Amino acid sequence: MSYETLLVAKEGHLGLITLNRPDALNALNWKMVNELITALADFEKDESVRCVVLAGSEKAFSAGADIKEMADMTAVQMTMTEHFFPLWDKVGNYRKPIVGALSGFVLGGGLELAMSCDVLVASETTQLGQPEIDIGVIPGGGGTQRLTRAVGKYKAMEMILTGKRIGAEEAKTLGLVSRVVPKEAYLSEAKKLATEIAAKSPVAIKLAKMAVNKAFEMGLSEGLDFERELFYLLFASEDKKEGMRAFMEKRKPEFKGK
Amino acid sequence: MDYQTIKTTTQKGVLWIRLNRPDKLNAFNEQMGNDLLEALKEGEKTESTRCLVITGEGRAFSVGEDLNTNKELYSEGKGLLLGEVIRKKYNPIVSRIRKMDKPVIAAINGVTAGAGLGLALACDLRAASDKASFHEAFIKVGLAPDSGTSFWLTRILGLGRAMEVAMLGEPIPAGMALNLGLVNWVFPDAEFASEVAKIAERLAAGPTRALALTKRALNRAIVVDMDSALEYEAYLQEIAGKSKDHVEGVKAFFEKREASFSGH
Repeated sequence: MSYETLLVAKEGHLGLITLNRPDALNALNWKMVNELITALADFEKDESVRCVVLAGSEKAFSAGADIKEMADMTAVQMTMTEHFFPLWDKVGNYRKPIVGALSGFVLGGGLELAMSCDVLVASETTQLGQPEIDIGVIPGGGGTQRLTRAVGKYKAMEMILTGKRIGAEEAKTLGLVSRVVPKEAYLSEAKKLATEIAAKSPVAIKLAKMAVNKAFEMGLSEGLDFERELFYLLFASEDKKEGMRAFMEKRKPEFKGK
Repeated sequence: MDYQTIKTTTQKGVLWIRLNRPDKLNAFNEQMGNDLLEALKEGEKTESTRCLVITGEGRAFSVGEDLNTNKELYSEGKGLLLGEVIRKKYNPIVSRIRKMDKPVIAAINGVTAGAGLGLALACDLRAASDKASFHEAFIKVGLAPDSGTSFWLTRILGLGRAMEVAMLGEPIPAGMALNLGLVNWVFPDAEFASEVAKIAERLAAGPTRALALTKRALNRAIVVDMDSALEYEAYLQEIAGKSKDHVEGVKAFFEKREASFSGH
């Protein structure tokens, strides 16, 4: 499968997707959104892929939605085409872990896409923001919900109401990104992290992701019940047996996803 | 690129930026702030430029903010909203110099005061003519330190000395500046330009990547805890280890010859 707006590759158990509209600072347009959905779906089906790395360029992960495409759209057109919502649904409900490799501009839809990932690694040149307010709208891809859950109401309000960007270090302090590294190292760092995740049991990883995501949707006692059920369920897996045996035998486990 | 208030020349990989308002002792008006920032950007982008030198024309390096621009306002007994001036004019210059992946030298040819001192301190290395003098002059006009001087003075001099310099605002002659560590070298005025050129050209012929990473490591080390600094060093060394100049440097060492660095 060849793509116009993406570079897609596999490295071992990693599926790599690179947004590739460098001249447009990787602005999300229809083409890119559709291709992203396809590429993500392919990796979701591909059993050899255990973790996805989503990156842009050093200059821009993504500067947001292509405003040229949106400028003349009516409310009805937005409603009927669902704009980018199929993408937000796809990444929001993705079953495999996604590591976001951020650098440069991570703005608007770009930040929303980043926040749909599960772990974020950022270069120290990264600037994150939801500047939609500056063009008279609000975030529409989950920004008001995910940013608030990530950094709390007051910081989210400041960012969304003023459109001001924050730097990588501040994003790390806020808990939005996990690691900040020199710009030359952000991609290799993201791959390193993804490789670590890919070495774990895919079954456990899948359920762990489900359980953490449920924390935002359930009350504590239901969440704890949900977690417990998944925990018991994992005792039926071969990976659990292998993991515990390897621990006792003081060797590295080999997980098969069974 | 045409500039109104500065002159630029490039020689042996060194971009010389000369603040050029000698009749105003190279005081910063808005234009000079813009010109300097543009020149810095140009130097940063131009691959063949591997070191930058900032110096002043005439008898001053720079005396900082041009108070004459707003003379009328002050005559009327009014002040300015200085916060915006600092954010727009000086902070971007300081930040660009510190974050630039190339060495920047301040060649302090003469008197330097206020934001002029801020500019000198923002640079990686400072060479002074024996005619130079330094004035943390803010207090003399009833102001607090700006353009990064509070940050750099405390780090270069230590808190005690910095407090003295900032609260009393006494002029610091070149010799004393050298003793304080405020400048790296003092040269007799007659040899000043050629001595600075030697240092700058040496840096321009150096392993530019490694110099850039060194700059990042040291800039970061003064603001983080030890464990973060150690971790950051590991990242930077991994990057440096992949550079052509690293391989060349080690090869030259084994072959007992001078390394010839390409900057890559």
